[in-house]
Amino acid sequence: MDFTAVLAQIKPKLGCVADNLKLIEEQIIKARESGADLIVFPELALSGYFLKDLVPDVALRIDSCEITRLIELSHGISIAIGFVEETDDYHFFNSALYLEDGAIRHLHRKVYLPTYGLFDEQRYLAHGTTFRAFDTKFGRFGMLICEDMWHLSASYILAMDGAATLICLSSSPARGIEGDTLGSAAAWQKLTSTTALFLNCRVLYSNRVGFEDGVNFWGGSEYVAPSGESIVRAALLDEDFITAQVDEGALRRERIFSPMMRDENLFVTMQDLQRIAQERGR
Amino acid sequence: MSGLQANMELLRKLLVGFVRDEVRKVGLSRIVLGLSGGIDSALVAFIAAEALGPENVHAICMPYKTSNPESEAHARLVASASGINFSVVPITAMVDAYFEMFPDANNMRRGNKMARERMTILFDHSALLSALVLGTSNKTELLLGYGTLYGDMASALNPIGDIYKSHVWQLSAEMGVPHEVIEKQPSADLWAGQTDEEELGFTYRQVDELLYRMVDQRWTRQELVAGGFDAEFVDSISAKIQNSHFKRRLPVIAKVSNRTIDRDFRYARDWGK
Repeated sequence: MDFTAVLAQIKPKLGCVADNLKLIEEQIIKARESGADLIVFPELALSGYFLKDLVPDVALRIDSCEITRLIELSHGISIAIGFVEETDDYHFFNSALYLEDGAIRHLHRKVYLPTYGLFDEQRYLAHGTTFRAFDTKFGRFGMLICEDMWHLSASYILAMDGAATLICLSSSPARGIEGDTLGSAAAWQKLTSTTALFLNCRVLYSNRVGFEDGVNFWGGSEYVAPSGESIVRAALLDEDFITAQVDEGALRRERIFSPMMRDENLFVTMQDLQRIAQERGR
Repeated sequence: MSGLQANMELLRKLLVGFVRDEVRKVGLSRIVLGLSGGIDSALVAFIAAEALGPENVHAICMPYKTSNPESEAHARLVASASGINFSVVPITAMVDAYFEMFPDANNMRRGNKMARERMTILFDHSALLSALVLGTSNKTELLLGYGTLYGDMASALNPIGDIYKSHVWQLSAEMGVPHEVIEKQPSADLWAGQTDEEELGFTYRQVDELLYRMVDQRWTRQELVAGGFDAEFVDSISAKIQNSHFKRRLPVIAKVSNRTIDRDFRYARDWGK
């Protein structure tokens, strides 16, 4: 079905969950009042990104009052949001929740924690172990957190699991000043477009802005149609709040024109991946 | 070399945004910087003026008696072109009082003392004006260690520490730094006629080409030599980077506890901001 999604390109404060929750609530109310059906926040929207030793201090249990508050707010509008999750066994995950009609529809724990260059996530966080699609009021969705999307298999699994909409929550740092546009923005735009095109699915990409210790997050949140075309894109570097009119007809037409997913042979893929796994295990 | 031809519009936006965001998030609105009359501090002054409004930028020119009078004239020119506040605090009295006790001190000791004297003035004005001190060391100088530890290398925020001297020239032209400042020979102005390039023994253009490949693109020594760089030049620059690394790090702390600052007590400086 058609639906309206808001991409909330916010600037969270590092380590300030209460302040960020207030900002997030304001954005949710604004989106709901504008008539949007869904609002998508960036990765770690509740806490900020370069947390280091702050991870345990900002982590929230699924039954915390902050998450309970967000679940309540999902009565009027569906919400996708990133935060640090603390589990019963005191593991900390870079997680994303999909909340709808006062319930948790899905919890995704980031599988691929970048630990190279300026990234250090595996030092502080536990990694998730699965990619699963889930049903929403607007069809079957899949959620990815930032680096997850740079692994072809992640989007592929979600698409094979029936997701027609991929939501990617991101905190992508700006770098690369040599080209016509920012290097990291150009790379992401190729990735979201190509992923949509390969998998005949839509991509809702929500990236944050602001600076943490001199590192800029570049924004550029966007809605990419199943054709790979970027339909609406938020400002580069500045806070923004953009609305995407997601058109079911565009998905149907694309899948008629380019039925690659219909023809995708899961059994060939499985057979060869199993063979590769066996050969590697020898 | 294409890598040193940066996108000026984007770079300007990033650096102006950096100063605006990092100053305001600590609850301040003003900055203070030393204006030497050279291009690096001129560019930082222009970036700061655009970020916070020229009325919130305080530049201090701190000449010593042997400083070239042209330097102060150029600092005034930059202040007037960018519309920022400007004052002069000469350091001759303080520096000379100290070296009366050590009359045999060489140029290096005198130069370092001058740089550190200027640092104390800037940080005193930081408290006086509720302003953050902006650094003016570029990536070329920082990598070569061509600066004084706790002197000109000291600051709260450095907008140009990740751009090479070649970028500083490009961005200065883009932002309207007066051409007299852009075109003159870079100099630490420690003694009459001193130029950076003569003292270093190579030009900034040459070394930036090498540093960009060596540091940013991680070319190996073999690749650099095959790419046309003189092996001795490559080795001497590698040694400079390694030998000056202490200047780019915090003082080393002897670890005895379970949580040692910066080793296993790790927080961003923007913690809570």
